[in-house]
Amino acid sequence: MATFQAFGITGFGGYIPRLRMQRAAIAAAHQWMAPGLRAQAKGRRAFCSWDEDSITLAVEAARDALANRPRDGITSLTLASTTLPFADLQNAGIVAGALGLSPTLRTLDVGHSQRAATSALIATLQQGGSPALLIASDRPRGKPASVQEIAFGAGAAAFTLGSDAVLATLLAASSRTAPFVDHFRAEGARYDYWWEERWVRDEGYMKLVVEALKSTLQKAGVAPNEVDHFILPAPFKGVATAVARKLGIATEAQADSLEADCGYSGAAHGLLMLARVLERATPNQTLVLVGFGQGVDVLVLRTTEALATFSPRRGVSGALADGQDHDAYLRLASYENAIELEWGMRAEKSIKTALTEQYRSSGQLASFVAGRCRCCNTIQFPQLPYCVNPACNAPRENFDAYPLFDEPAEVLTHTGDWLSYHPAPPLYVGFVQFEQGARLLMEMVDVGAAGLDVGTPLRMVLRIKDVDKARGYPRYFWKATPLQA
Amino acid sequence: MATGIKDKVAIIGMGCSKFGERWDVGPSELLAEAFEEALLDAGIERKQIEAAWYGSCSDPISVGNSAIPASMALRLDGIPVSHMENMCATGSEVLRAAAYAVASGAVDFALAIGAEKLKDTGYGGLPFVYKGTFNDLWLPLGSTPAGFAQLAAGYRAKHGTSKEDLKRAMAHVSWKSHQNGLLSPKAHLRKAVSMEQILDAPMIADPLGLYDCCGVSDGAAAAIVTTPEIARALGRKDMVTIKSIQLAIGSGVESGTSQWDGSYVRTTRAAAQRAYAEAGIQDPRAELSLMEVHDCFSITELSTMEDLFVSPDGRAVHDILDGFFDRDGGLPCQVDGGLKCFGHPIAASGLRMAYEVYNQLQGRAGERQLGDPSIGLTHNLGGVPYLGIAAISILGLHTGK
Repeated sequence: MATFQAFGITGFGGYIPRLRMQRAAIAAAHQWMAPGLRAQAKGRRAFCSWDEDSITLAVEAARDALANRPRDGITSLTLASTTLPFADLQNAGIVAGALGLSPTLRTLDVGHSQRAATSALIATLQQGGSPALLIASDRPRGKPASVQEIAFGAGAAAFTLGSDAVLATLLAASSRTAPFVDHFRAEGARYDYWWEERWVRDEGYMKLVVEALKSTLQKAGVAPNEVDHFILPAPFKGVATAVARKLGIATEAQADSLEADCGYSGAAHGLLMLARVLERATPNQTLVLVGFGQGVDVLVLRTTEALATFSPRRGVSGALADGQDHDAYLRLASYENAIELEWGMRAEKSIKTALTEQYRSSGQLASFVAGRCRCCNTIQFPQLPYCVNPACNAPRENFDAYPLFDEPAEVLTHTGDWLSYHPAPPLYVGFVQFEQGARLLMEMVDVGAAGLDVGTPLRMVLRIKDVDKARGYPRYFWKATPLQA
Repeated sequence: MATGIKDKVAIIGMGCSKFGERWDVGPSELLAEAFEEALLDAGIERKQIEAAWYGSCSDPISVGNSAIPASMALRLDGIPVSHMENMCATGSEVLRAAAYAVASGAVDFALAIGAEKLKDTGYGGLPFVYKGTFNDLWLPLGSTPAGFAQLAAGYRAKHGTSKEDLKRAMAHVSWKSHQNGLLSPKAHLRKAVSMEQILDAPMIADPLGLYDCCGVSDGAAAAIVTTPEIARALGRKDMVTIKSIQLAIGSGVESGTSQWDGSYVRTTRAAAQRAYAEAGIQDPRAELSLMEVHDCFSITELSTMEDLFVSPDGRAVHDILDGFFDRDGGLPCQVDGGLKCFGHPIAASGLRMAYEVYNQLQGRAGERQLGDPSIGLTHNLGGVPYLGIAAISILGLHTGK
């Protein structure tokens, strides 16, 4: 049935921040004024480190989906999120730069709704054409002591779409809009304002979603009991089960909500669940993905034989398993800028970025490009006017671009710096030695209980290098993180 | 063929302010304090100075940029005054510039002076450093202790030294300097510290604890140089001449290639080789009477003993624990208490080291006086181990005609 569908999902991947806060720690911190939170104190929620945001999560998800496959053919990048760091500065462009995608790429940010990603997925799939990359990335914030704070997580999922080796095709899709304000967040506001959960469930999910599902399944010619994987992301428990039961979708078809170790990751959550489902799905299965937010998106997808031939670099499952346990609630509160701690005068340093310099050096900084000297083979970062090898010193015209972001590397030297201002003290810093000979001083992040040692294997991650608080400008660069932490 | 500056320049006057938290004075007064002592010691008039080099590293908390404010503070009217900045090695740089001016025959009397007013920041430690528009985009903003702490990781990996043994040797470095500092009236920290206090101190940058780090102080130091002929004509006895001043600057080899293993300071080794050659020293361990090295951190002093070829590679830990560098050891190091006790008013430190060697050589070191020193070395290190500015000066009693 799906064989004539030329365009579809050709790859998928995902990312969840390593940091996981025990929900019991959040509930305990608010016990004095919100004892009811104890009912939700199970499991852990993912949270962004101080230097992660929807851009850095997106880059990691895309790298998971792309792995070592060629990127040259990708002609568009769409980034869906409701928590992008910039209101006017294209966030997708920063992601494209970090991924080293072609400069002739078409880039687009979409947002403003929990349906941003599902709507973008429908649009891209229906439009067809040349290979596209779609990333959904979100880190929704909950006000301290709110149910959102304890239920929300963070994450990103990335999908390549095209006509070669299609893993899943679209059988049917539909969208509808409704003036149903379950929550809203005004321009510039930090947190959502939510209406009563019972109303959102009864009038929203149980009516709007159920009706949309019924008609779309009908359009696709799929009976509810033929649905193999049912993906309905929701910020509260029990909704997906109730909807499935009402429609007659099998209980075992319900996709994992990722509640135990991640939490609801906003506009990214549906695609994150989809990426997880595709890791386990088998060829010729039917998947249903729902997006809900002032209306409904429904996608009915069918997997192909090619699904068996694809795997992401480590997938959502790998990201879920790679968690670091935290129980200091104030760490979460501080990283989310929910409280202001006394960081001392060292935090007063001006972090103004010379935008002229940032543009000039974007060729080497954005996607971490070293130079490989054709005269002596020395791989070097940064690229300065002459080769760093004292026995060579050839002019940089002799350098070939050599990206470092996927190169194997290990710790050469390291320390934990308690003196410098750093939002996650200590600042771990040291020399990173790349297998191919390149070396540079780097910040090391997400250092877990195992710590660092000379020889600890590392991988590179794009992170916020500094935040210019006076001007509201984050700047990004690559950092190193232990492979196992 | 260049012949170097050995014995072509004599130091005839030196001054050093009281180092410490000088809440009472500003940078201009610190300059004046060192300058007056140097002039008095040299026995010349202000207007005989024909050229001056002024060093300071942190302009915003000093007198300001250029040489003008220093020239105003010292009223050096109408002569060339240059402002020099080369990180923590600035004090040695200004001495080198003044010495070269005399050695070239350009002037008869030159002044080298450096001052830093670190205690006007409002917090402990060194002031903000900016690395330039490009480096700020990628280079981590680690503190100076974080830069040096990495030497410990590299050293342990290279020599298989246990964390505990290295920490104990580092602690002895600081313990010894605190003992010596008790005898230095101009030092900032004049207090004995026990090995336990050092080992149990809070962590600054792993494995460097509080006592593994030098103090942060205000201070100034100055030198007046001339030719040995003029010095003799002025009636100087026990004349101290410069045997060598050598610098080596990193070009990125350590930080950007695989040609360095992280266990030593490559620039110190390069500067030391050239300094010994210029001074005609074959066996520094046997020939040197004393050393004032850049003990910004205990691990730096430990590594420096090997980088100066005084201890064989991997043996500094043992020499230190054996007391070889204690004031009653084979080669006393930091007899005045070093940066550890004086603190490190950046541009003054190189000259402060020279001040101690100069006084020791002339038998004027008071309670600290060593037996019969004839030649001393100063080692002044700017930057960080992997991107450094190593400056080595060798001063000795003039044995020539």
